[in-house]
Amino acid sequence: METIDTTIPAAYRVSHLDALEAESIFVMREVVAELERPVLLFSGGKDSIVMLRLAQKAFAPARIPFPVMHVDTGHNFAEVLDYRDQRVAELGLQLVVASVPEALEAGLVRESADGMRNRIQTPVLLAAVEKYRFDALFGGARRDEEKARAKERVFSFRDDFGQWDPKNQRPELWSLYNGRHHPGESIRVFPLSNWTELDIWHYIARERLALPSIYYAHERLVVERDGMLYAVNEFIRPRGAEEPFKAQVRYRTVGDASCTAAVRSDADTVELVIEEVAATRITERGATRGDDRVSEAAMEDRKREGYF
Amino acid sequence: MSTTAFPVAEGAAPEGRAMDLLRFATAGSVDDGKSTLIGRLLYDTKSLFTDQLAAVEAVSAARGDEYTNLALLTDGLRAEREQGITIDVAYRYFATPRRKFIIADTPGHIQYTRNMVTGASTADLALILVDARKGLVEQSRRHAFLCSLLRVPHLVLCVNKMDLVDWSQDVFERISDEFTAFAAKLEVPDLTVVPISALHGDNIVTRSEHTPWYEGPSLLHHLERVHIASDRNLVDVRFPVQYVIRPQSTTVTDYRGYAGQVASGVLKPGDEVMVLPSGFTSRIAAIETADGPVAEAFPPMSVTVRLTDEIDISRGDLICRPNNAPAVAQDIEAMICWMDESQPLRPGGKYAIKHTTRSARTVVRGLHYRLDVNSLHRDETATELGLNEIGRVRLRTTVPLLADEYRRNRTTGGFILIDETTNRTVAAGMIVDTN
Repeated sequence: METIDTTIPAAYRVSHLDALEAESIFVMREVVAELERPVLLFSGGKDSIVMLRLAQKAFAPARIPFPVMHVDTGHNFAEVLDYRDQRVAELGLQLVVASVPEALEAGLVRESADGMRNRIQTPVLLAAVEKYRFDALFGGARRDEEKARAKERVFSFRDDFGQWDPKNQRPELWSLYNGRHHPGESIRVFPLSNWTELDIWHYIARERLALPSIYYAHERLVVERDGMLYAVNEFIRPRGAEEPFKAQVRYRTVGDASCTAAVRSDADTVELVIEEVAATRITERGATRGDDRVSEAAMEDRKREGYF
Repeated sequence: MSTTAFPVAEGAAPEGRAMDLLRFATAGSVDDGKSTLIGRLLYDTKSLFTDQLAAVEAVSAARGDEYTNLALLTDGLRAEREQGITIDVAYRYFATPRRKFIIADTPGHIQYTRNMVTGASTADLALILVDARKGLVEQSRRHAFLCSLLRVPHLVLCVNKMDLVDWSQDVFERISDEFTAFAAKLEVPDLTVVPISALHGDNIVTRSEHTPWYEGPSLLHHLERVHIASDRNLVDVRFPVQYVIRPQSTTVTDYRGYAGQVASGVLKPGDEVMVLPSGFTSRIAAIETADGPVAEAFPPMSVTVRLTDEIDISRGDLICRPNNAPAVAQDIEAMICWMDESQPLRPGGKYAIKHTTRSARTVVRGLHYRLDVNSLHRDETATELGLNEIGRVRLRTTVPLLADEYRRNRTTGGFILIDETTNRTVAAGMIVDTN
């Protein structure tokens, strides 16, 4: 055999963004090749928007070969729901909605005392997975988000209760993913595992991806609560001495409108958002997610129950 | 307010700066300062966020730790915090203006060797920490051996806690010499040794005043500049077919593309290619991506290849060059790292095997020896491999694998074994020989 030339022409250099994209596309194709009924969780947030783009790229010129599912807490930002429906129509996708309000109505779950619906999302998600017999669920979670996420595999095995067992994960070697499972069990798949918040924004810029407008700076009526800025809306009412005021804000994450906070920002273009994200010293979830502040291991505990 | 937006500032070029990516794994014994080193790298590259630090400070204080315990940054699981040890690989990210980094922070404990193997399997480089006061311990040797077994191309030995040995050049050189002598018995293509203090930040980002006798680079300087592009094999064309794209569409008709990620080599339209295992030859008609056709494809690109001839090709087949093909083999000699705690590997055992995009079944025909990873002694009387043990086996597969030696190609030379009852991944395998 020939020996390997050690001088690599510049033409064969690969940027980190291209390397991440290639890895994510590989992961998506693996799932479609090896599992029966995949579904992509689509919230209308920036990570799931990047996921849809990657799915388009992985199977072009064919259409995306799986449906998308939105776990709808009923506490949505209107802009995000509009975005969701528009995108699904453009791509000709099948949309499955797992509805928390319907589950509440049917008595499958009960509203929690604090009104947050993050925790009751999980049984609703699991019921939809069972109903449609999905065996692979693509999620847009990234390992840089949170310390429990940092431990997550790309292919993450869940038992038939949807539970994650962090002490007993399958070793994941090279790019040889093990998607084998028994009926009822499923694999959560995280193609964006190795992306950071900044990578996502660079990719949004490169691919010129449209996002719900709440990701860019705009004026909004807010209240300050636990050091975070919450938009005043039908889910968030001023409490006690809280005095609503107008502020120039944007959202770093788009989750349940009752527990997702905005950050002060003047970044109204993708370049300015990139500058802002590059300079920030606060994590995305630390800055804006009330649900992660419940305890030291809030995310791990929710994941164990079947949350993403 | 519009519901969708892609606002671009005037005159702006929406391109992220093209940096490359270095994946590295950390290894070392418990208490050698691995977590402190990672905390230091994250902190000094401004990749540590104030809320993460505040959370760690609060937990440290509540636990009564005397100083902020940076290990809490990387030990994210309840059980890890309770026991104060790292159980599973955690992945961390940071960037400098020159490069993006992915750290696989692997556990030091011997019972989690499989997680060390997991982290090292995709690493371009491994950091091995030793405590300057203790010198090389069993675990340093074990990790160096695992890195060489997994063909991690670059090794960096970090002699840590130099402040606790008065920055002694003698101590540093003694450890360095001892490690170099050990590495000579392994196949370590590139070794760098750096004296550091992770706690105080010496020789991490900048050269330390405490080590005037050390003439090498700081650790970060080395990580930023170590040459990894040539680690990729651009010679042997290996394109495992991952998925066949055949749109059922009225607008796209008669399309048949072979999707996959280039494992090695460079593919170009017009190239003569051979498809394994059938052996049919054809030419590359086009190499396509969703962004349009490309003139070349090379690792790690994910592309779709179209051929000039209609050949029956499916997932698990492999495209190569007619004069440079991998072996088509059902009998495989391999080194195995056993990862299952419930049952050992024994001759006669049957498993599912996953190799590139190809899946088959396999039977263990024989166990040649079990390797003592500390002494490198081969125990030929061994009859089984237990959890975290490594040995050489002979396998027979139900269908041929399209395989290279692992030392030539990490993609076409590596495989996993899966227990067909539990579906668990029970072994990592590296092909030694295909005759």
